[in-house]
Amino acid sequence: MKKLLMATAATALMAGAAHAEDVKLGILLGFTGPLESLSPNMANGANLAVDEINASGKFLEGQKVVTVKGDTGCTDSNLAVQSAERLITSDGVKGIIGGMCSGETGAVLQNAALPNGVVMISPSATSPGLSTVEDNGLFFRTSPSDARQGEVMADILKERGFDTVAVTYTNNDYGKGLADSFAEAFKEQGGTVTMNSAHEDGKADYSAEVGALASAGGDVLVVVGYIDQGGAGIIKAALDSGAFDTFMFPDGMVSETLEKNFGSMTEGSFGQHPNAPGDGADKFREMSAEAGFDSTSAFAAESYDAAALILLAMQAAGSTDPSVYKEKIMDIANAPGEEILPGDLGHALEILKDGGDIDYVGAAAIELVGNGETAGSYREIEIKDGRMETVGYR
Amino acid sequence: MDFLNAIVALANFVLIPGIAYGSQLALGALGVTLIYGILRFSNFAHGDTMAFGAMVTVLVTWWFQSVGISFGPLPTALLALPFGILGCVLLLLLTDRAVYHFYREKKAKPVILVIVSMGVMFIMNGLVRFIIGPDDQQFLDGERFLISARGFKTMTGLNEGLAIKSTQAITVVTAIVVVALLFWFLNRTRAGKSMRAYSDNEDLALLSGVNPERVVMLTWIIVGALATIAGVLYGLDKSFKPFTYFQLLLPIFASAIVGGLGSPLGAIAGGFVIAFSEVTITYAWKKVLVYLLPDSLAPHGLVQLLSTDYKFAVSFAILLIVLLFRPTGLFKGQSV
Repeated sequence: MKKLLMATAATALMAGAAHAEDVKLGILLGFTGPLESLSPNMANGANLAVDEINASGKFLEGQKVVTVKGDTGCTDSNLAVQSAERLITSDGVKGIIGGMCSGETGAVLQNAALPNGVVMISPSATSPGLSTVEDNGLFFRTSPSDARQGEVMADILKERGFDTVAVTYTNNDYGKGLADSFAEAFKEQGGTVTMNSAHEDGKADYSAEVGALASAGGDVLVVVGYIDQGGAGIIKAALDSGAFDTFMFPDGMVSETLEKNFGSMTEGSFGQHPNAPGDGADKFREMSAEAGFDSTSAFAAESYDAAALILLAMQAAGSTDPSVYKEKIMDIANAPGEEILPGDLGHALEILKDGGDIDYVGAAAIELVGNGETAGSYREIEIKDGRMETVGYR
Repeated sequence: MDFLNAIVALANFVLIPGIAYGSQLALGALGVTLIYGILRFSNFAHGDTMAFGAMVTVLVTWWFQSVGISFGPLPTALLALPFGILGCVLLLLLTDRAVYHFYREKKAKPVILVIVSMGVMFIMNGLVRFIIGPDDQQFLDGERFLISARGFKTMTGLNEGLAIKSTQAITVVTAIVVVALLFWFLNRTRAGKSMRAYSDNEDLALLSGVNPERVVMLTWIIVGALATIAGVLYGLDKSFKPFTYFQLLLPIFASAIVGGLGSPLGAIAGGFVIAFSEVTITYAWKKVLVYLLPDSLAPHGLVQLLSTDYKFAVSFAILLIVLLFRPTGLFKGQSV
C-alpha cells in the first residue's frame, strides 16, 4: 500500500513536471517615449532568442518560454516600476529583459527587482552609475557602460582630427553620465570642450540652446540626446541657424529616423553605438533578416543576448529560480567552454544539460566583466551621401 | 569686418529669432487681452485654443498635400489657415454657448470664470491629443529659407552666417497685417466701436443700444482667428506639439500683463519685451564680445546670464516685477 502511494505520488510529480507551466520572461522596454523607435526591434531581438529556444524543445524539461511586455516610457520611473511590479507579481516572470533607459532601470532595480529577487538583464541602460549600484548579483547588462563609450568617442574625434567640440546632453542619468565621461576622456587626450550644457526634451524650440552652443564655438557638436526627442530639435535648430554642420551622434541618436530626417543635411557627421563585428553579428543579421527586422538597429543584438543569457543560465542551473540561476550567468557568458553564436542556442542547451561548459558570445560579442557588464564593442558610423554607413568597429 | 561679424552673429541668434518669437507671443497676447477687456476674465484655455486651431489647420494641410494642392514656395498651411480659423471659431462659439453663456447670465465673478476656463483648457487639451495625438507633427512645406546661413557666408565672405527662415519672414509679415486689420476694425468700424464701448462701460453700452450677445460673438470670432494664426505661425516656425502650446500660456500671459491687460497695443509691446528678455538673458554673449572687444579684454567664459533651462523663469520674474511695481502694465491696462 505504502509503495503504491509512493508510486502514485512519484507519477503525479513527474506528470506535474511534464506539464510544468510555461516559463515567463518579462520584456520591459520604453515602447512609448523618447526611444520608442528603437524598442520594437529590441523586443524582436529578444523574441528571436526565445523562439529559437522554444523551437529546439530542449529547454529544461521541455518547457516553453513565453514573453510578457511591459512599458517603461523610457523616462518615466513611476510607470517603469509599476510595469515591473505587474510583470513580477501578477504575470510571475522569472527574469526581466530591461529596462531600457538608465534612470528608469535604476528605479526598477531598486524598487521592484531587488525586493522581489528577480534577475534583470538590461540590453541598453548604459549609465556609468549603474556599474556600482547595489544589486545582490541580480543585475547585468549586455551593453557596455558609457564610461567606455566616452573613451571611444574621444578616440574617434582625435583620429578625425577634431580638438574643440561643444556638447549638449539630454537632462537625465544617461545624458549626464555619458556627457561627463566623454568630456573627461576628451580632455585627457588634450581636446577642449567649449561648453557642456543640458537640454530638456519635449520643447518646441531649441534655438536658444543652439545659440549658446554656437557662441561657445567648436568644430563639432556632440549631441548626447534622443533622436525621437530633443536631439532632433537641437540638430534642426543648429542646421537652420548654420551654427554647426558636423555632428557626433552617440547611441541614443543612431537610428533609421536619423538617416531619414537628417541624412541629407548632415553629410560627414559621424557617431557610434554598441554593436560588434564578427561571426556572431553576421549570423544574427541573417536570422533577423529571416524574421523580418533590422539587426543593425541599436540594441537589437544586445536584446537577443540578454534573453539568451537568462534562458541558458536557467538551463545551466536546472532551475528557473532567479536566486539560483543568477550565479550561472557569469559562468556561461565567459570562457572556458564552447563558443556559442546566435543560432546555436539549441546546441548550447544540450551541452549544458550534459553538464558541459559554454562561452556565450552571441550577437554582440558578450564578455561580462567585473560587475556584470560587457567590455564593449562599438560600430562607428558616418553619414555619406545621405546614408548611414558603417566605417569600422572599435 | 569684426564689427559686421558681431552684428550678423547677433542678428542670427538674437534679433531674428526674437522678432519672430515676439510676433507669435504678441498675437497670442492680443487674444488674451481682448477676452480680458471685453468678456472680463483671464482665459486659461487660450494656449489650447491655439493648439486646436493649429491642429485643424494641420489636418487640412495634410489633406491638401495628399490631393496635390500646394502654394508654390509658401507653406500650404497658409491656404489651410481659413479652415483652421473656421474650425476654431466654431469650437469657441460652441464652448461659449455650452459653458460661458451660463455663467454670464448668472453674472458670475471673474474668478469663477477663470476656474471655468481652466476646466475648458483641460477639455480642449484632451480633445487635441485625442484627435491628433501627443507627438510632434510635421506640416511645413515649400521653401525653407529666405537666406540660408551657408548662402549668406559665400555671398558676403563674412565668418558668421545669417539665416532667415521663410517661416520667420511669414510670421512677421502676417503679424503686421493681422495687427493692422485688428486696429482698423476696433477703431474705424461700427462693430469695433461697439466692442470698445462694451469694454469701457457695459451698462452705458447697453443703454446706447449695443447688443451684448453680438459683441460677445464678435469677440470669440476675432479671438479664434488670432489664436489660430498665432498657433499656426508658431507651429510652422518651431514644431506642432500639443503640449508646447500649454507651456506657451505662461509667456503669453506675461506678455499681456506686462503690456497692460485689456490694452491691444500693450499686448504687442509686452510680447516683444518678453521675447527679447528671454532670448537676451539666456544668450551666451561670448561670440559677439570677442568680435567687438580688443583681444586683451575678450572674455574667457561664455558671458551667459542664465542657462537656457531657465527661459520660463525669465517670463515669471518679469511678470512678478511688473505686478509688484506697475500692476496696470506698461500701457495702463486694467490692474489684475
